[in-house]
Amino acid sequence: MNQAQSFPRSSIGKKFLMAITGLMLLGFVLGHMIGNLKAFQGAEKFDAYALFLKEVGKPVLGKGDFLWMARLGLLAAVGIHIFCAVSLTLQNRKARPVGYKKTAREASTYASRTMLWGGIILALYVIYHILHLTTGHAHHDFGSSVYGNMVAGFKQWPVSLAYVIAQIALGMHLFHGFWSAFRTLGANNPNRDKKLRAIAVFLAVAITAGYLSIPVSVMAGIIQ
Amino acid sequence: MELNSKIPSGPIQDKWDSHKFNLKLINPANKRKYQVIVVGSGLAGASAAATLAELGYDVKCFCFQDSPRRAHSIAAQGGINAAKNYQNDGDSIYRLFYDTVKGGDFRSREANVYRLAQISVNIIDQAAAQGVPFAREYGGMLANRSFGGAQVSRTFYARGQTGQQLLLGAYSALSRMIAAGKVKMYPRTEMLDLVMVDGKARGIVTRDLTTGKIESHAGHAVVMATGGYSTVFYLSTNAMGCNVTANWRAHRKGAAFANPCYTQIHPTCIPVSGDHQSKLTLMSESLRNDGRIWVPKKKGDTRAAKDIPENERDYYLERLYPSFGNLAPRDLASRRAKDMCDLGQGVGATGLGVYLDFSDAMKRDGEATISEKYGNLFDMYERITGENPYRQPMRIFPAPHYTMGGLWVDYNLMSTIPGLHVLGEANFSDHGANRLGASALMQGLADGYFVIPYTIGDYLAREELKDVSPSDSEFIETEKQVRQKIDRLLSIDGTRTVDSFHRELGRIMWNHCGMARTDKGLKEALVKIPELRDEFWNNVRVLGEGSDLNQSLEKAGRVADFLEFAELMCHDALTRAESCGGHFREEHQTEDGEAKRNDEEYSHVSAWEFTGVGSTPKLHKENLEFENVKLATRSYK
Amino acid sequence: MKLTLHVWRQKSTSQKGAFETHVMDSVSPDMSFLEMLDELNQALITNGKEPVAFDHDCREGICGSCGVVINGRPHGPQRATTACQLHMRSYQDGQEIWVEPWRASAFPVVKDLMVDRTSFDRIIQSGGFISVRTGSAPDANEIPVPKVDADKAFDAAACIGCGACVAACPNASAMLFTAAKVSHMGLLPQGQPEREQRVLSMVSTMDEEGFGSCTNHKECQEACPKEISIDYISRMNRDYVCASKNKG
Repeated sequence: MNQAQSFPRSSIGKKFLMAITGLMLLGFVLGHMIGNLKAFQGAEKFDAYALFLKEVGKPVLGKGDFLWMARLGLLAAVGIHIFCAVSLTLQNRKARPVGYKKTAREASTYASRTMLWGGIILALYVIYHILHLTTGHAHHDFGSSVYGNMVAGFKQWPVSLAYVIAQIALGMHLFHGFWSAFRTLGANNPNRDKKLRAIAVFLAVAITAGYLSIPVSVMAGIIQ
Repeated sequence: MELNSKIPSGPIQDKWDSHKFNLKLINPANKRKYQVIVVGSGLAGASAAATLAELGYDVKCFCFQDSPRRAHSIAAQGGINAAKNYQNDGDSIYRLFYDTVKGGDFRSREANVYRLAQISVNIIDQAAAQGVPFAREYGGMLANRSFGGAQVSRTFYARGQTGQQLLLGAYSALSRMIAAGKVKMYPRTEMLDLVMVDGKARGIVTRDLTTGKIESHAGHAVVMATGGYSTVFYLSTNAMGCNVTANWRAHRKGAAFANPCYTQIHPTCIPVSGDHQSKLTLMSESLRNDGRIWVPKKKGDTRAAKDIPENERDYYLERLYPSFGNLAPRDLASRRAKDMCDLGQGVGATGLGVYLDFSDAMKRDGEATISEKYGNLFDMYERITGENPYRQPMRIFPAPHYTMGGLWVDYNLMSTIPGLHVLGEANFSDHGANRLGASALMQGLADGYFVIPYTIGDYLAREELKDVSPSDSEFIETEKQVRQKIDRLLSIDGTRTVDSFHRELGRIMWNHCGMARTDKGLKEALVKIPELRDEFWNNVRVLGEGSDLNQSLEKAGRVADFLEFAELMCHDALTRAESCGGHFREEHQTEDGEAKRNDEEYSHVSAWEFTGVGSTPKLHKENLEFENVKLATRSYK
Repeated sequence: MKLTLHVWRQKSTSQKGAFETHVMDSVSPDMSFLEMLDELNQALITNGKEPVAFDHDCREGICGSCGVVINGRPHGPQRATTACQLHMRSYQDGQEIWVEPWRASAFPVVKDLMVDRTSFDRIIQSGGFISVRTGSAPDANEIPVPKVDADKAFDAAACIGCGACVAACPNASAMLFTAAKVSHMGLLPQGQPEREQRVLSMVSTMDEEGFGSCTNHKECQEACPKEISIDYISRMNRDYVCASKNKG
């Protein structure tokens, strides 16, 4: 029998790492979305929540320590996710150097075929989002209130539009990614498949709607 | 030419065991010094190559397909017999032996058949251990069914794909040996001639079908497992690539061809739809368990089946064979269908078909039950014909399916050429004049897994075999002949395609040497075949080059050999002036149209010696002795 | 009926190929797709042109030799059907048909519509077997196999190795083929001793042969003439992860 290659070098190993890191990022995205919904409770509650995030872990940890640890964790997850994605995409491209003149797709979905582009949109968006609402470099009027920065930012329609596009991309990425991750992890079976599909739809819709509700509400004047 | 069957003496039950003890052995360390060439990778070839490699021989294996997994054994549907008696219904080695000799219409060798029945049990063990997914009962034990009219349930099966699963088992064993470096595999490589040195088979000349390269391979022994020749009829259930070339080339070099006229016509195939037809599709015989076969009583009745009232239908098998009815043996069911069509009562656009009707079964058991049993087959029928068998009866017609004849071999499976061993459908040995259902897989695997590994060692140990190499003059000379033939085919540049010749040959053979044969018809064929052969060599058009992938050239070489072989088949059919099993001579039938054997004069194997193209071959007889089974007339009334 | 065929012609692996257009005037709906190609070839030979090379053998959907991509679909539009059993009644008069070979770097084109699939054989050689020496097997009924497992193993073992899964996959992945063999043997008690080594070895070979990775598009399952389920891929992933863990 053939000598086995090391796990992270194998295509299944890379897929496995993508699935694990994808699910970690999904956890973050879900938590972040729920936190964001505090915007509907007004500036005070929202800013208090932002402060809480900085102070988690006190008194064992210093202010912001936990947040940085979480950020490093997320950064590692994103890094691994992207590295594997690039590596597998290159492998896939190499596997079919000459394409078909005619293609007819029978079973795949728009979401599954656009995972790469969805991922690129999200990566660019994350950079913009950090520059916009975390560091303020891309914000036209950055202040000390997290709530204020958010409302001021979303009042500008091009900014909101960018957020809307990114959230739709996120929804599609999750719709295929969540279901696909369980297949890759081997945690899927015929009995679970329908349930996992349903959960994927629910998560994709809920998270997208949750995120979208904020810029939309700001634009509509519900959040001021 | 001398035919020494080398059947061991002693009681039939002990022959194989005592023979195995008397066979010479080769020291394990010495086996690697022997090169064995295996041609063909079906059940017999793959199992032989894998097993010989396990024993330590240095094996080369050849197949014309792009992978050894695609050999035509893969298409066998029904199952494989074994005398396991797991059903406790009274089966035994002796009963399987008896049924097979009787089923072969008393034209096979008792000793070979007994050995086959003995080995049958080991095959199932081997296949199950390899992971062949046989059908199982809920307790986890193997399931069996009764097949082909047998009175015991001894058939093991894997849905309708038993051949596929057994072949993949043998292929996996072969793959393991390839990975271990013990077998060198040559896919897309066709054997085009046998090389003889000092009167022994010492190698083969092959053509690489991708590059066109002609090459020689030398070895200490050659094993051919190259299948049957049903495609001599052009339309058959065999794969498009099946051919007689390897066997014919060996025959030309001195291997006797035994009983070439014994061909099996399977009754339940989908009829021809038009001139474009390239092959015929078999539908499992199991359909006859529930389907009723009929034709309209009126000649040339063009009404739709549903418009023909019950009293205007002739359920002819039920009428002629009240106790077996629609389950009458293959040869009878086929011949009676032909009779009905000859009388003008055939159905379908061509008039060459009979109805296989499930409406009574569906009324009795419900459509769901029938669908559960035969759903796959019904779907396949609809895919091919565009007709829905739930709504209208299927149309079926017999088609060539298996050839019992083949190269003559002795008890050790060695042909009349020392060193040339022949296995599986390619040899003539075990089925006599008619093969029973679920016996082909058994024979192929018995030969490959459990016979040749013992007997080839004896040959290698006994013979003084000098070293030979592809640079020896015998190899170079044979290569030259092969190249000349290819060049000749390419240079004719006539007007007719290879396929058109094959089609015409097929028609001659089907009409004159098919399901029913006559003295007059066979003599006519013996005039027509040489004429067609002459035209072929003057007027065939083969385009392209020899040094390239060229499918027309491959086909041309095969058809050229068929054009010589067909003549031998007709000679054999003409000489055998009796009816037995798959060979039916119209002059020799009982009053009610059944086959009439002539044991006095024809209880022998006809082994033919090649005397040149177009010259009458020389007949040698091996007398068949029946010490255990009493000769009797088959009766299915 | 009348059809316009665009057929891929390529002299050899190293040479460039292109489409060639042929108009067929009298195609019978009762012809199989391959019989239609036969007819084209007869006409080409009669006109002094080299016939189109394509792989085929049993013509009853079991040997796995045939396979072409027809209007973007491996083996054509009919479910659970190989090209040899696809009949021309699936097409309409006047239709345009594009015929292409399987496209994958692990399946280089040999000529015209023929590809080299020996990479599949090498995947099997790297572990798609149960090591049992001829003659060493115990009585077949000494290894009981639950019927459910035997049936599931059979569903996977039904693979004919045609390569349609690779052809259909947007990534040219051979996961369905490999998973079918890994699962067939992994589901049976006979396959347990080598189960972990088998999956590790076969997946390594699959990657080395240059196939793509699986992104769960399901196109392979849709194209498979034996309707093998992608659940076996999920099963192989699990086996692979467990085997990797135990190996370390």
